[in-house]
Amino acid sequence: MSGQTALDQSGDPAGRPPTDWRGEAMRRRIARRYSAERRFRWLGFAAVFLSASFLAFLLVSMMANGFRGFTQTEVAVPIDFPRSPVLIDPAALQTNPEQTLANANLPAVLDQASRAAFGVEETRLLSPDAVLALRKAIIADPGILAGQTTLRLPASAGIDLAVKSDGSEADEALASQLDENGALSSRFNASFLIGSDGTDPTVVGIWGALKGSLLTMVITLALSFPIGVFSALYLEEYAPRNRWTDLIEVSINNLAAVPSIIFGLLGLAIFLNVMHLPRSAPLVGGMTLALMTMPVIVIAGRNAIKAVPPSIRDAALGIGSSPVQVVFHHVLPLALPGILTGTIIGMARALGETAPLLMIGMRAFISQPPGGFTDPATVLPVQIFLWSDEVGRGFIEKTSAAIIVLLAFLLTMNSIAIYLRNKFEKKW
Amino acid sequence: MTGVMIALIIVALGAIGWIIARARATRLQAEVGRLATNSRPTQHGWYVALWTTLPALVFLAVWANVTPALVLDSVMATPPAQSLPSDDFSRNAILGEARAIASGRQTVAFNPQAMELVEPFRAAMTRYSTTGAILAAILAFACGAYALSRVRPSFTARSRVERVVMWTLLLASLIAIITTAGIVASLVFESMRFFAQVNPLDFLFGLKWSPQSAALGYGNEDAFGAVPLFWGTIFIGAIIAMIVAIPLGLMSAIYLTQYASSTTRKWMKPILEVLAGVPTVVYGYFAALTIAPALRNFAASVGIPGASSESALAAGLVMGIMIIPFVSSMADDSIAAVPQSMRDGSLAMGATTSETIRKVLIPAALPGVVGGVLLAVSRAIGETMIVVMAAGLAANLTLNPFASVTTVTTQMVQLLTGDQEFDSAKTLAAFALGLVLFIVTLLLNIVALRVVKKYREAYE
Repeated sequence: MSGQTALDQSGDPAGRPPTDWRGEAMRRRIARRYSAERRFRWLGFAAVFLSASFLAFLLVSMMANGFRGFTQTEVAVPIDFPRSPVLIDPAALQTNPEQTLANANLPAVLDQASRAAFGVEETRLLSPDAVLALRKAIIADPGILAGQTTLRLPASAGIDLAVKSDGSEADEALASQLDENGALSSRFNASFLIGSDGTDPTVVGIWGALKGSLLTMVITLALSFPIGVFSALYLEEYAPRNRWTDLIEVSINNLAAVPSIIFGLLGLAIFLNVMHLPRSAPLVGGMTLALMTMPVIVIAGRNAIKAVPPSIRDAALGIGSSPVQVVFHHVLPLALPGILTGTIIGMARALGETAPLLMIGMRAFISQPPGGFTDPATVLPVQIFLWSDEVGRGFIEKTSAAIIVLLAFLLTMNSIAIYLRNKFEKKW
Repeated sequence: MTGVMIALIIVALGAIGWIIARARATRLQAEVGRLATNSRPTQHGWYVALWTTLPALVFLAVWANVTPALVLDSVMATPPAQSLPSDDFSRNAILGEARAIASGRQTVAFNPQAMELVEPFRAAMTRYSTTGAILAAILAFACGAYALSRVRPSFTARSRVERVVMWTLLLASLIAIITTAGIVASLVFESMRFFAQVNPLDFLFGLKWSPQSAALGYGNEDAFGAVPLFWGTIFIGAIIAMIVAIPLGLMSAIYLTQYASSTTRKWMKPILEVLAGVPTVVYGYFAALTIAPALRNFAASVGIPGASSESALAAGLVMGIMIIPFVSSMADDSIAAVPQSMRDGSLAMGATTSETIRKVLIPAALPGVVGGVLLAVSRAIGETMIVVMAAGLAANLTLNPFASVTTVTTQMVQLLTGDQEFDSAKTLAAFALGLVLFIVTLLLNIVALRVVKKYREAYE
């Protein structure tokens, strides 16, 4: 019916007055449309702004917590060795210092010193690492055993937390007492970068997890890169159009969309239960992640290969190259920057992946860095997950610090990928 | 590790073969002239290198797989093995321990009998690995010499090497099929074992999920009803996350493609992409540490009952943020695919930019956007770490977003990370959940890709 009236009006131009653009009604209408336009535009800007501020909020809150994880509070403890219960044979200290000091009753020395100076037991004041620090100090200068000395030793988790943010009331009181005596100081926590998992937040480090991640990534890259590049070359350059090729393509596209946890189930069922490879090992983790990364590399590789213009292939064929020479001498070098970009992005995803590795048992408590590909290991994201489950409040800053390290790695990899893409991307 | 050493030696032999063959072919080429030779010297080199390494490496791989059984046979023939207990379980335990000590993976034996077997094991292992190394070396030399003897000007090294290359490429691309088959086989096989113990209908339509009670021996009835899990997954991944991700992602894409200056676009696009690059464990930690407590306090202050510190809303919100760049890039692609003529036509009729977007571009791009959203849903329901860390473990059937719900992926992690026997219904249930997840994501992807493809064709 409305169509009918519209037709009538347009069919009879003389019967319809010309639009009065300056009229009140029309001006209002245009103003309304323009304000709708501004509203819409503003909404779009708000969406972008909101998304970006989520990212900023996430990063800032991680940084705020995490940077504290890189420092360690220290307490200056005066120790009077001649009056302490230390048991050291000076001769044995020369020949076998480690063994001698391990038997030297050093915890009792620290306990006595702590009680004498601050009136609290050693475990409340100092980190479990303090004994190690004391040992090192004695090895470095055995002369201190003869007299009285003041050593800066790592503080306990409670004191550390009280100094940095807010600890329990007792710890806060102790910390302010220490602060008044000028006994507190802070230094860069190097042991966080060289240590492994532990039970006390002041002694944990990420090197063990980082090394596990690196070993896992070596396996992932060694498997997924050649397989991915070869499949991409085959599918793009040689594969005949038939049912098998279709099946391969469908499999690759589906694998790229399969949830990562399913790859973990595959690793558990095939690599661990059928092939009996070692549990929790970087080898199995790397193999599982390689299967997950391969489709990413194949898809990126195919796009890069597709972008190489056919004229280059024709020219090479024309001067007598074989199909294999065309691909390996001409197409592959030209497509390599694109393939590398895709590989780095895939590897960055694999480095941040947690779920499949939980399935194959890489969540064990590992207090030593793995020595090889078949040793039990954990990786950085899993370490973050494990620490986030810890009840000790000191672990919050350690978790955030580990996240900063992980993000630094990922952002570096992604920046390299973007740089490569911008530098080598050719428009033919 | 000796196996790796031998493999490296063989590869080194291959490299030497490559150099010798190339030198010989270069000399021959100099004698007879370039046009009289079939292949380039390098290709002769590769031919010899392949012959030297491939048969020997294949032999080593086979050898490594058959020797454990041979070693076991020869150990069982020694006198100390005669006194082993007859039941399989304890005998295998002792043998395994002895083998671990002999190969240096372990230093002390729990079982004294194992110590007696260490020496026979060590002797047999040394014997077989030495034999294998010698045989592999002989094979490498023999095959290399054979290949080297064929280096002649008329020899077709090039086509032979290229045939090997083609086979390698084909094999590499078959790995994708093998992986898919492996996933399907392992999921289906373990799920069958699960469904032998639990009725599939009870699993798919049961309303009560309490695998702990099944593990404690209360029976499998009523313990594996997965509907609360399916609901939790849909509630978090397909409802809450999409309520966040669709408007933000779509509007971001519209703003960045239609309104923003090229400088803004250049800076904002990578920033949004960073959101997609943040690992999920970081999102999970953020959700659990920052968002969830804030939401619980908010819910408690306005008096919403059942507020939990592990809420569906916290997990869903953060998951939505994670999905934003995904939705945004899919919407970006489909808007860009709408022909310029349609946009020009609308603008020429006097429509404002926003009217063009809302009335022309979005309806035209809708199939592509819908396909993108389906892909986003499939990614959201397969997402694990955010829900493991922020969504909780209580299998509730609730509409309250502040309450705790659990999801398929959370339960899979939960079922498989405890100290459980692998055969129990509890661990097998994880595979059944995995199968459901796999099928659902697969269907979503197929439908989404079909929608997107149909729509692309409409404009080409």
